[in-house]
Amino acid sequence: MYELLHDLLGDSLLVYVIGAALPLLFVLPFAVVAVLLEMKVSAHMQDRVAYMYTGWHGVLQPVADILKLLQKEDTVPAAADKFLFRLAPFLVFMGGYAGFAALPFSSAYIGSNIDLGVFYILAVSSLAVIGLMMSGWASNNKWSLFGAMRSVAQIISYEIPSALSILVAVMIVGSLNLQEVSKFQEGGIQNWIVFGGPMPLLQKLLLLPFTITAFFILFLAGIAEVNRTPFDLPEAESELVQGYNTEYSGMKFAIFYLAEFANMFLVSGIVVSLYLGGWTSPFGDVMSGPIWSFFWFVAKGMFFVFLQVWIRWTLPRLRVDQLMYTSWKVLTPFLFVCIFAVGLILVL
Amino acid sequence: MLESYLPIFFMIAGGIAFGVVMLKLNEFFGPRRPTEEKFSTYESGMEPVRTARERFSVKFYMVAVLFILFDIEVVFLYPWAVSFRELGYQGFVTMFVFIVILLIGLYYVWRKGALEWD
Repeated sequence: MYELLHDLLGDSLLVYVIGAALPLLFVLPFAVVAVLLEMKVSAHMQDRVAYMYTGWHGVLQPVADILKLLQKEDTVPAAADKFLFRLAPFLVFMGGYAGFAALPFSSAYIGSNIDLGVFYILAVSSLAVIGLMMSGWASNNKWSLFGAMRSVAQIISYEIPSALSILVAVMIVGSLNLQEVSKFQEGGIQNWIVFGGPMPLLQKLLLLPFTITAFFILFLAGIAEVNRTPFDLPEAESELVQGYNTEYSGMKFAIFYLAEFANMFLVSGIVVSLYLGGWTSPFGDVMSGPIWSFFWFVAKGMFFVFLQVWIRWTLPRLRVDQLMYTSWKVLTPFLFVCIFAVGLILVL
Repeated sequence: MLESYLPIFFMIAGGIAFGVVMLKLNEFFGPRRPTEEKFSTYESGMEPVRTARERFSVKFYMVAVLFILFDIEVVFLYPWAVSFRELGYQGFVTMFVFIVILLIGLYYVWRKGALEWD
């Protein structure tokens, strides 16, 4: 992609500006589609039909929602810390959005081809934690503060299982760059790391149970990190109203919402690139190439977004003690076993 | 090499610009009718009692401290994982000793009851 832009525009900074704008052009339509998807899927799971009036089967409803939010009054509570209150939505949004730079959308395009890759994503996404804490504290509202505290405790607890499960894939590939990780898994569905990666058969079979475990844990920890059901205690509406964004209105609220959907895709993107072949086609050389690879990446990503919605309408919410128990006493020890076993298999 | 980091800066700038533009549009289209009640803290319709700036449970601090300890140790594992194949057997054994020390720490924290929420 960058080569093509270089050819078209020559050696100017404009190349990087356009290259960097592409993820934003993906995130915004994605958020609209995801809002619609969540609405429609959740409705049909409960035998409802959701909105039907705005456009054909209500497809224009998310657009109407954005237009409505644009016309709302932007309130800042009198008791709030005004500066931090205004800054927080930006940090939360940037934490999710900046991570898109290291996602390989296609064999020809990655926002920024840095060697740190997935490590960079882990680092910037913790920016969102600071943003959440900031929004809760600055609102000077009890609901917001409790929501933010719970949210931060949950995200940092699940940061450890997710970092460790990423490590399992990194050990197999030997690179943090998600573009390299995807290339490593080329050649069809049997080469995906969740199925042991492109290894000799015996090694593959030995790796299989551990890679599958790590894959499930990564997805689970991912759901917890974006605060979605069954891990949505920070927004437990029966207890905490709206959680950390109770006091926000208008576009600031919309930015929090956008950040949540951006994070949903980011988590799916990480899971897909590390364990499910990223942009590689499941049929080997059939249907591969820059455009097909974009299709595969988005299709796999959207499947995981759908899965997150599905889980939301299937499972009840966890209690705080169950949440902490799962993270520290189940997932973390399991992953240490995985890392040890994968290391042993690769060394022998 | 360093130029591959350039798009990140443009992305962050683009994200901030997007947010600022949306908020400005909101300011332009939205009404502005301030009343005292509207800007008071929301407390489910009741008169707000005191502020939220009070003490909160020490359990949150425990989680934060544990997170810092474990996260730093996980960060140490990353460079090792990247060059895992080159390091071979010796690298595996060395890191295994490190992980065992980490696990002893986890076991200690577990037995001390720091992982219990109630």
